[in-house]
Amino acid sequence: MAENAAHTVKSFDEDIAQLRAVITRMGGLCETQIADAVDALVARNVEAAARVVEQDKRMDALETEAEALALRIIALRAPLADDLREVVAAMKIAGVMERIGDYAKNIAKRTPVVAQSQPIGPAVIVPEMARAVIEIIRDTLDAFVDRDAEKALAILQRDQQVDEYYNSLFRALLTFMMENPNTITPSTHLLFVAKNLERIGDHATSVAEMVHFTATGQRPAERPKTDSTSSVYTPH
Amino acid sequence: MNTAAGSPVPKMTARNVNVFYGQKQAIKDVSIDVSREHVTAFIGPSGCGKSTFLRCLNRMNDTVDGARVEGRIELDGQDIYASVMDVVQLRARVGMVFQKPNPFPKSIYENVAYGPRLHGLARSRADMDEIVESALRRAGLWDEVKDRLGESGTAMSGGQQQRLCIARAIAVDPEVILMDEPCSALDPIATARIEELIDELRGRYAIVIVTHNMQQAARVSQKTAFFHLGTLVEYDDTSAIFTNPKATRTKDYITGRYG
Repeated sequence: MAENAAHTVKSFDEDIAQLRAVITRMGGLCETQIADAVDALVARNVEAAARVVEQDKRMDALETEAEALALRIIALRAPLADDLREVVAAMKIAGVMERIGDYAKNIAKRTPVVAQSQPIGPAVIVPEMARAVIEIIRDTLDAFVDRDAEKALAILQRDQQVDEYYNSLFRALLTFMMENPNTITPSTHLLFVAKNLERIGDHATSVAEMVHFTATGQRPAERPKTDSTSSVYTPH
Repeated sequence: MNTAAGSPVPKMTARNVNVFYGQKQAIKDVSIDVSREHVTAFIGPSGCGKSTFLRCLNRMNDTVDGARVEGRIELDGQDIYASVMDVVQLRARVGMVFQKPNPFPKSIYENVAYGPRLHGLARSRADMDEIVESALRRAGLWDEVKDRLGESGTAMSGGQQQRLCIARAIAVDPEVILMDEPCSALDPIATARIEELIDELRGRYAIVIVTHNMQQAARVSQKTAFFHLGTLVEYDDTSAIFTNPKATRTKDYITGRYG
């Protein structure tokens, strides 16, 4: 990506750098929250899960900070062209990151129930799925900081991988529940955990789209959706 | 040099225009179309040639010593630099509003009536009254001045004076109105009134506005031309220029990175 020249008014650059730093911190926190939530779930560690829930307040505070910074830049600097696109994207990305944080928190909240039930086999897919999602978030943020449209475009393809994890976990859990109805409670919670991760993947991908728009001014073409679980049914 | 593609029938066309002040070339090979449907904004840093080019459009540069214009500029397909062109007539068809409001030291009524009288547009006093009222109404000034038409134009506020100058330009029923930084001497409220007025006049006249105020160009125009060092760098829909300009020079200028 071509490096932009500095603004004539230097404090404008400082404002943009500050906004970018807040977004980067939100992204880093997203990664940690997802990893910690899934670790706590797998380790059946209720205290660790509670810490994840507690940490989500930081995410909310960062979103507020990003929003205040973006509003100040718009009011004082009247940004245009790529600056305008970046500030608007940053505000939207902050909102999406906060939502991702909520999904991580929701995973953590399910840990106490899952911890009381006996372990179930298909759960082994969850940490793998979480890793895939975390990598998407990490690369998306790198692309954002570098205003790298190519990198953002490459990320869009990777959401399919997450969808595939979700499809296979969904089918596995359905079979599992049919075979052992007494696993319905933990299985349902795991299903929500997987759904949360799948939604996080979608949100992270939409952030990659915003990064592409910021860098080029163009929206990327429609991406393929491969989550097919909405049409899965079980025979009676 | 590109002109905007897909534009409606142009009111004015400039082709390969060069302007020299003595030895110094102020405009380099500029081609552009201006349509009646749009307000066109000329933007660019000081000395980029935008005002010089604006002044070519009604031959105001004729009055500058040593100024020389090459190339072709047409109004409805008619060469405005042709020897048969009556410059007084041209400036009635292509009116101009300047940076600093410059009403005549005459009454409000006489300021507006001056042009129509010069061009013999009114057959009677009643005719003239109608022209004056209609011009003042279109300039959004009538309600404020209808009871004091005999007072001096120079006694009004700056914003009112500028709208009086616009009324004066409108009174001779021009086809094009050129505005050279019409709001730079006005406060924000008076500026907003002029911008609102430009919006109301759009479609009736081809309007070209030179402005240093980027936000103003973005607000009032539908087409924007960016000039730099005497060349036309980019000419496109205003929304494209301000959200996603193609040229790096345009982007650097509008985002405050120029220089």
